Amino acid sequence: MSSQESDEAEELPKHGLKGPSPDERPHPEGRRNSQGIRIDPAAEAEPEQRRAVLSALVEDDPGVLSRIAGLFSRRQFNIESLTVGPTTVENHSRITMVIEESDPGIDQAEKQLAKLKPVIAVGELDDDAVRTELVLLKVEGDDPDKVHAVTEMYDGQTLDAGPKTITVQLTGDEQKIDDAIDAFRQFGIIEIARTGYTALARGDQATVPGEKPGTADEPTRPKNAQQ
Amino acid sequence: MSKQAPSSPNATTDAEVDPDEETEQTPVTTGSEAVIRALENEGVEAAFGVQGGAIMPVYDALYHSDIRHVTMAHEQGAAHAADAFSVVRNEPGVCLATSGPGATNLVTGIADANMDSDGLLALTGQVPSDMVGSDAFQETDTTGVTAPITKHNYFASDADTVGDTVGEALALAGEGRPGPTLVDLPKNVTLDETDAEPGPAEPPATTRPQYVADEENVAEAADAIQAAERPLLLFGGGVIKGDATEQAREFAREHEIPVVTTMPGIGSFPEDDDLCLSWAGMHGTGYANMAITHTDLLIAVGTRFDDRLTGGIDTFAPEAEVIHIDIDPAEISKNVHADYPLIGDAGIVLDQVDDALEASPDADEWREQCQTWKAEYPMDYATPDDEPLKPQFVVEILDEATGDDAIVTSGVGQHQMWAAQYWTFTEPRTWVSSHGLGTMGYGLPAAIGARIAADDDQEVVCVDGDGSFLMTIQELSVAVREELDITVAVLNNEYIGMVRQWQDAFFEGRRMAAEYNWCPEFDMLAEAFGARGFRVDDYDEVAETVEEAVAYDGPSVIDFHIDPAENVYPMVPSGGANGQFALTEDQL
Repeated sequence: MSSQESDEAEELPKHGLKGPSPDERPHPEGRRNSQGIRIDPAAEAEPEQRRAVLSALVEDDPGVLSRIAGLFSRRQFNIESLTVGPTTVENHSRITMVIEESDPGIDQAEKQLAKLKPVIAVGELDDDAVRTELVLLKVEGDDPDKVHAVTEMYDGQTLDAGPKTITVQLTGDEQKIDDAIDAFRQFGIIEIARTGYTALARGDQATVPGEKPGTADEPTRPKNAQQ
Repeated sequence: MSKQAPSSPNATTDAEVDPDEETEQTPVTTGSEAVIRALENEGVEAAFGVQGGAIMPVYDALYHSDIRHVTMAHEQGAAHAADAFSVVRNEPGVCLATSGPGATNLVTGIADANMDSDGLLALTGQVPSDMVGSDAFQETDTTGVTAPITKHNYFASDADTVGDTVGEALALAGEGRPGPTLVDLPKNVTLDETDAEPGPAEPPATTRPQYVADEENVAEAADAIQAAERPLLLFGGGVIKGDATEQAREFAREHEIPVVTTMPGIGSFPEDDDLCLSWAGMHGTGYANMAITHTDLLIAVGTRFDDRLTGGIDTFAPEAEVIHIDIDPAEISKNVHADYPLIGDAGIVLDQVDDALEASPDADEWREQCQTWKAEYPMDYATPDDEPLKPQFVVEILDEATGDDAIVTSGVGQHQMWAAQYWTFTEPRTWVSSHGLGTMGYGLPAAIGARIAADDDQEVVCVDGDGSFLMTIQELSVAVREELDITVAVLNNEYIGMVRQWQDAFFEGRRMAAEYNWCPEFDMLAEAFGARGFRVDDYDEVAETVEEAVAYDGPSVIDFHIDPAENVYPMVPSGGANGQFALTEDQL
């Protein structure tokens, strides 16, 4: 592979090889975008971000939440909310995550989640899934009647009413909660605690592919879910 | 053609176990004995580590075991040695460290194994359970620290289950896409009494990989191959780890498809074969990069499309549709979109695709084109007599002086690139290097691990740089103590050479902190350690000295004082297009 003939050596340049330089070399026209997808040069579109609700069925290993949160932070997935709670199966929990990513990003988030050892199965929920969020609102207690009226309007509950503050609970989808918070602003909101979405698939559809609700049978990892 | 998830490569099946021998095993009485029994059950032959307070019970259990333990000078060396052992043997390597600093010293080696998908089991001591969280002496949250760089890690909670946990961790390390696992062992768990014999080592039920690709996808991919005019095979490290080099070679030769490899894929296809275009990427051959730039169908097997391979994604293989064969679904379309994703074991899927192919692609012109590029951009360097010694020449002489199956380990830097470029690799598992993490100092401890793993008649050569060698030079004491036949070739230019190359090219020659003209005399230092030391400055001395060093039955170090101005070319500037590689500094 090398030229070691010493008589030829002097003719060789100090550095460098034969062949044309980079600008003289033909360079193909087609390109990929930043997600590695080959694109038509005329339409160099970048994928748009969208919100996705992911549901993961996990084993209740110690540290499972930190593993999932750590995965999101080190891979720079843009997470909006994350909720966790037990399921009907002992030692299993369901984690619901809302992320804002491009389609390839959502796909990647799902696959990386699926690789974690404590994750049994993971899937994205359809748009028609049942999803809801709980929020606690603490407002100034100067006008209890009006606060009560607004709480009623949004099907909320008053959890605590003191001389100075009133704390109400609301549940619903994001739009409803945002609207309600707007409505409560007039009273002076002191504190807010929002849980983020928790969600289930609508009807008899399994929330996570392969999940068998209500039984102790361990759902299996969905075959070819990634394809 | 179905392949079940294989058990650990060395697992002794029931049929092989001599019943008499089994009864000879003394029953497990403590947690640490269960740990060692779990390793023995899986046929672990060697472990690399450093003693310490919290791991002492495990070492005590090793006292009567047949497992060969190699005490390393530093835990980082233990992790790298175990990593290299796994590369050469294609089974997980084992390393041990104590809690706190011992465990944190393993971190670089674990991260290295993680990036290169090398099977590795790290066993770390931990303070007793009731002291965990109290910032006790030599306490670190080891599972917390290593969570992002392991496939999975375990905190052992109970002496009765610790054996099974270690077995599971070992099995998981080697299952599917290999990677590092870790078991953190609190001292009370390893000291506690137990009579629980570890059961068969099985990976956790939630991680079973898929070995056979979807038939419809295979058929589609086969159609694409038949229709391709400029098909190109890209073999990654997964071909070697999947033990699929036979299938890969057959596939390429039967269908006469040119092959490029990634750097970890070096050895998957013989580099002296006409079809082989060597490896592509930042310092890959011009012809490999030209082929990637012009192919219309890239058949990638077992690669994760690292940026050192692809350059800028937007200019990578711009004309190509991509078939991506990988056992890890998360690698599909992670960096480069896969038009035809085939998830499964490299060998099985290649066989599936082969079966589905009705004809080979018609690509005579393309093959000719690839040969033209080989002639146009040969790997070459200048060797005038009056010039200082060229590192490429040294690598070639080393290659000639050792067998085809010689194992080459390297550190990270210019020397690594020259070794990869100018050594002609023909066998899998003979190139042991730090690719993804780029760990300087990997070479020497890796040579120790490789030496323990290799056949006795296989040569082990470590090609190192002066900066890289200095980072783990203390491991030379281990090679001397263990009488390991290793030849270390230091390509000494008294620089952190790759940094200097970049500083000259991209930082207007400001060589900040890149000069190593305070390097020791490595030949004398080697002698001080008890190894053989040589120093070479001239072309005339190279062959003779190499011969002597290779023939020496023990560790030897040759300090090659090379041309300090020599740089690595070709080079694709970081984030650039593969086809726009520079051949000289002027072209950058």
